[in-house]
Amino acid sequence: MADTRTAKEIESSYPLLGIGETHGSVSQKITSINLTNGFRPGWVLGLLIAFLFVNVLLGAATYLVFRGVGIWGIDIPVAWGFAIINFVWWIGIGHAGTLISAILLLLRQKWRNSINRFAEAMTIFAVMCAGMFPILHLGRPWLFYWLLPYPSTMGVWPQFRSPLIWDVFAVSTYATMSLVFWYVGLIPDFATLRDKSQSKFGRVAYGIVSLGWRNSAVHWERYEMASLLLAGLCTPLVLSVHSVVSFDFAVAQLPGWHTTIFPPYFVAGAIYSGFAMVLTLMIPVRKFYGLENIVTMRHINNMSKVMLATGLMVAYGYLIEGFTGWYGGDKFDHFMAWNRFTGPYAPAYWSLLTCNIIIPQLLWLRKFRLNVGVVWVISIIVNIGMWLERYIIVVTSLHRDFLPSSWGMYYPTIWDWAVFTGTLGFFMFFIHLFIRFLPIIAISEVRSLVTEAKYGAH
Amino acid sequence: MSVEKKSSELYGLMAEFADEASLLAAAEKALAEGFTKTDAFSPVPIHGLAAAVGFPKTHVAAFTLIGGLTGGAFGFGLASWVSAVAYPINFGGRPLMSIPAFIPPTFECTILFAGLATAFGMLFLNGFPHPYHPVFNVERFKLASSEGFFLVIESADPKFQLEGTTSFLKGLNARGVYEVKP
Repeated sequence: MADTRTAKEIESSYPLLGIGETHGSVSQKITSINLTNGFRPGWVLGLLIAFLFVNVLLGAATYLVFRGVGIWGIDIPVAWGFAIINFVWWIGIGHAGTLISAILLLLRQKWRNSINRFAEAMTIFAVMCAGMFPILHLGRPWLFYWLLPYPSTMGVWPQFRSPLIWDVFAVSTYATMSLVFWYVGLIPDFATLRDKSQSKFGRVAYGIVSLGWRNSAVHWERYEMASLLLAGLCTPLVLSVHSVVSFDFAVAQLPGWHTTIFPPYFVAGAIYSGFAMVLTLMIPVRKFYGLENIVTMRHINNMSKVMLATGLMVAYGYLIEGFTGWYGGDKFDHFMAWNRFTGPYAPAYWSLLTCNIIIPQLLWLRKFRLNVGVVWVISIIVNIGMWLERYIIVVTSLHRDFLPSSWGMYYPTIWDWAVFTGTLGFFMFFIHLFIRFLPIIAISEVRSLVTEAKYGAH
Repeated sequence: MSVEKKSSELYGLMAEFADEASLLAAAEKALAEGFTKTDAFSPVPIHGLAAAVGFPKTHVAAFTLIGGLTGGAFGFGLASWVSAVAYPINFGGRPLMSIPAFIPPTFECTILFAGLATAFGMLFLNGFPHPYHPVFNVERFKLASSEGFFLVIESADPKFQLEGTTSFLKGLNARGVYEVKP
């Protein structure tokens, strides 16, 4: 029989949780990925491919340390190439995890409960990838600790008026807080795995990391309070991190960087790319592990809407950049905007607009939001578009600055690509390990959805 | 007396319930009955359950506040001491105490210290890590982390009597009552 409901009726009929799920069934379903599924051939193949690229990263980083940053395409005037593009791209991807786990918790968006663990894991691995780039870019990465304020025998201290040292504080705080928030969230789920594990090794290993969690009402009370407070702390933190990253650019005097719209524009872009990455990863995982009842179409639909909204904020950023270039009356700003539209990097600029602004408009239509295949493809296009955005910001601003005699072009080398694809492999390698050994969905929070379905929200 | 002797060998009695509502009702009845050493275990946090086992206040927020204040003072102190005292340099003619520039590190340190204090404070108050606990001796207690709802009355409770408390728990619609070995 044909479905006669309208698209709107279909959209609103999707539940947060499939019908008939109980505390026991969700616990069983999620822990089975870790405990009973074993090493699936698809997982092993994915891990091996990712591991291959981890080796590409190791090789490229080794050669970099051996030869120096000259193996990359960076030079004067474009001294910030792939390393900074990839740093900003990766750290932006991480932002969706914190948004989902912290901001949506404060906003009582219950649908986050099913996707927050995966998004937080993605945050941590993305920040790990991001953190590598500035350090590799240092030239002498083994001296990275010079960035930290410590009493050195040379009597030298970091420059606290520089955005680069703010970055060190922001990114290291962000990495630490994400890890702490993630671990706190994992404790009750480790207890579930401990209690369900059939092997002695599983019981002991998950038992150690669960710290002896026993689901006591008193513990839950403190735990809930701590989660709420951590969410309250992470919310301004996540907004500050990409703002500080944008200061690296905005505090400079360069046309194309020196603009006050950068902090909000970077934060919106970060959330945009992060949601795209969550969708890119979550859609195959939910299919592969049969989690359609836990990560439902409601989640895909909501994430698509967030992507559309943040995409429009990003579009506003591009519009204002162009408008300021024209209206500001500064001839260098004017040239910079014109150079983006028509200069040697114009194909990259127009591709970025196509990927980030034009194609995602399809998500206005319900039938596309409810089609996982379409959403998946759009999410990948947005990931590419957001990478191109950082490419445009870094390269087109630097390559033609005030003096035409100092203009130049930037061409990435094979080593640039090796490090970039290497971090993609590193990221996917950790995602695979995470899927196999940790609960990819916050079991205790999905159980709360069961309770809520039973009794209604309190 | 044999009952008293037996009760001192026990950590307490555990009753299993069918769902959230019956556990909460049972915990409230035990509180009304005058039991003070009770604890409830459930796979989900249940609103009001901690109060029903006589738990007053979490105190986690105090850790957050102290951590945050310490972090803020540390961050601002570090940036100003380094910039104005330990390593003063004229940086484009800006004042040595460039307060607006010190705000980002101050903010980040506030969040970092407050967050670590919150997480470790919660673990500390909960007494973690705590690998062994008598409740784990009950075979069915494994279900507390997936689908079981349990109420424990400790033998250390002044009102605890093996037979009386067992029948009290059974009268609360418990699915089963188990002895908890210490």
